[in-house]
Amino acid sequence: MVALVPIATLKDVTVKRRGKTILGPISHGLESAGFTIVLGPNGAGKTTLLNALHGVERLSDGSVTWTSPDHASYKDQAFVFQRPIMLRRTVRQNLAYPLQLLGHNKNEIETEVMDWVGRVGLNGVLDHFAPRLSGGEKQKLALARALIQKPKVLFLDEPCANLDGRSTREIETVLSEVNTAGTSVIMTTHDLGQARRLASDVVFLLNGQIHETGLAPHVFEAPKTPEAKAFFQGDIVE
Amino acid sequence: MNEIWAGLLAAFHLIVTLDGDLVEITLRSLQVSLSALVIASALALPFGTWLAIRRFRFRRATIATLNALMGLPPVVVGLIVYLLLSRSGPFGVLGLLFTPTAMIIAQVVIITPLIASITHQAMRELWAEYHDLLISLNTSNRQRVLTLIWDGRRALLTGALAGFGRAIGEVGAIMIVGGNIDNATRVLTTAIALETGKGNFALALGLGFVLIALALLVNFAIHALSRTERHSTW
Amino acid sequence: MIRALTLFLCLIGTAALSESMKLAVTTSFHNSGLSDVLLPVLLEETGLEVQLLIVGTGQALRLGRAGDVDAILVHSRADEDVFVAEGFAPYRREIMYNDFVFIGPSSDPAGIANAASIEQVLNRIAIEKALFVSRGDDSGTHKKERALWQAAALDTETFGAWYKAVGSGMGASLNTASALNAYILADRASWLNFRNKSDLKLLSSRHPELFNQYAYLPINPDKHPHVNVEASQLFENWLTSSRSEHLINAHRINDEALFVFNASK
Ligand SMILES: Nc1ncnc2c1ncn2[C@@H]1O[C@H](COP(=O)(O)OP(=O)(O)OP(=O)(O)O)[C@@H](O)[C@H]1O
Ligand SMILES: [Mg+2]
Repeated sequence: MVALVPIATLKDVTVKRRGKTILGPISHGLESAGFTIVLGPNGAGKTTLLNALHGVERLSDGSVTWTSPDHASYKDQAFVFQRPIMLRRTVRQNLAYPLQLLGHNKNEIETEVMDWVGRVGLNGVLDHFAPRLSGGEKQKLALARALIQKPKVLFLDEPCANLDGRSTREIETVLSEVNTAGTSVIMTTHDLGQARRLASDVVFLLNGQIHETGLAPHVFEAPKTPEAKAFFQGDIVE
Repeated sequence: MNEIWAGLLAAFHLIVTLDGDLVEITLRSLQVSLSALVIASALALPFGTWLAIRRFRFRRATIATLNALMGLPPVVVGLIVYLLLSRSGPFGVLGLLFTPTAMIIAQVVIITPLIASITHQAMRELWAEYHDLLISLNTSNRQRVLTLIWDGRRALLTGALAGFGRAIGEVGAIMIVGGNIDNATRVLTTAIALETGKGNFALALGLGFVLIALALLVNFAIHALSRTERHSTW
Repeated sequence: MIRALTLFLCLIGTAALSESMKLAVTTSFHNSGLSDVLLPVLLEETGLEVQLLIVGTGQALRLGRAGDVDAILVHSRADEDVFVAEGFAPYRREIMYNDFVFIGPSSDPAGIANAASIEQVLNRIAIEKALFVSRGDDSGTHKKERALWQAAALDTETFGAWYKAVGSGMGASLNTASALNAYILADRASWLNFRNKSDLKLLSSRHPELFNQYAYLPINPDKHPHVNVEASQLFENWLTSSRSEHLINAHRINDEALFVFNASK
């Protein structure tokens, strides 16, 4: 049922900061079966890769080309950053913001906001000042604010890092739903259990390079490289 | 000490009797400086914000110029505006010299760099915070500027107040371009200069206290306004 | 704030309606209180509003040259003649005179109070090196003071630190003299109206060289077509009328007459 389809082509993608190459050079045809999980140790370059794919990270060299024009522009994509960025406004206003940018009318915005606030369980803090929310609430708000845009491609950079077990499951349910409804997800996580639950395919990153890719069952059950194998067993890989 | 006491008394007397000249001069001061503030803010807030979010070739030079302009002595501004607006100057035909409009122009020139510079400082921080999100949301430059101005409005209010304080307390420039004409361009500061010139310290000091009170009042009013507005959200 | 702006625009709009002219005058004219006597009567009788720019003679002449005012009322004969010769005013018309006075510490360390002539007054101050405050702002009073030193064959350039050119208006200079307890040359009107006298006192006056003629110079419309000739003519006519003569001669401070009307009618 799941099959890999090409979604983007990376050509010599390189990100250098202060003279140090932190990503790439990567030349790779990125394929996805719908829910791509990017794995790798801290500092491997996961955040940088997602940022580069989305286009918020300035590339030092190379290019990213999206296969489908429906995925190519910012308005088809949404991003939940590793450190959630809260507008200095209320939760309600944070959620409304992307829709206001698109010029939706008030009633429409109100309906959507109430819908999403319910789905991520933030009803109780609807009129609270967003920068004062707890870490987990911020994560949920950032996720809802991304989903309210109805993106074709959704980037998630450790969206459950600050969430407790229950909230994590709730969010996973939401993510599965939107994924089933047709949104491609590209997500990083350090929770291997979560990765196994959600992934349709995996990108394993090491030292700024794509080390191994493939459908989730293959990669998890029969990793081709010793580093990936060690990483999935919880060992330290360098 | 004696003189300060006499000044306080004079101020008290002027205020309780609602002295006609005082009211007129005070209203004109407010009129001129608030108009200058509105115009300067309309220029400086978007410009300062734009400067914070755009990378372009002469950005550093622009910021340096802005900071230099901020230190420009008001008298010099007054002199330049005078020469421009003089009947023998390039904009003489407009007949604006020695009118409140000329004073507003001079004050706009004086406070715009100040407000723009404070705006730039505040907006740079906010932009660093919002950068990734606003890019990800595919915002236009206009939307970015508006979002930053709106969400940074508290810092900007401080900038605007600094501008207002500088405008209403300024005397050198408006003396030159306004001419301190009774019933036409006399404002608190020029009236103070005039009374000081007559050795009439009590009245000068009285006007000075009115000026201070006015500045405080406007500050409180604006802060109170922003607080009621924040109350629901914080 | 937007409301303030509209209010303000309305106010400029209405201000332009009544008949008015701009007149650059020297500080003494205003500080004497004479303008407050004359202008309200003028407004009442003729409906003409005269907007005063109170400046030094040098700046008054500049404003006139630039066409930024409709007429000037100053007291510096030599400059006025040049002004007319250059064509900025078609003529000068003498209106009235007042006089300059020497002010100094009540102890009068240089002893100028009993000096027989201006030359003696100045020499005593210079010999004593008594603190002296000069306007130093190229005003009519300053020009007068320089002319007096020159006539006494004294060169202000060679003076030491006791000679302080402050570069300020009459009031500010008087304030400085008051703070330093120094000698100063002032016009009688400014002195009588001055409220911060401290230890200062009028020490010497009524010498013929100290008389001070005021003249009215309307700006030439040939140079500056926009000037309000009608208004400045109206003002001139009124200023030289018997009504004005009476007001000027009757204006007193501490029971002292300040100005003597001497316009030819
Ligand atoms: N602006 C920068 N300047 C210098 N080095 C940077 C910069 N941004 C990232 N790096 C470095 O690049 C490397 C990759 O960073 P990145 O954030 O992509 O890692 P990651 O895989 O997301 O790690 P984590 O799991 O901790 O989130 C890290 O070593 C990081 O220190
Ligand atoms: Mg990361």
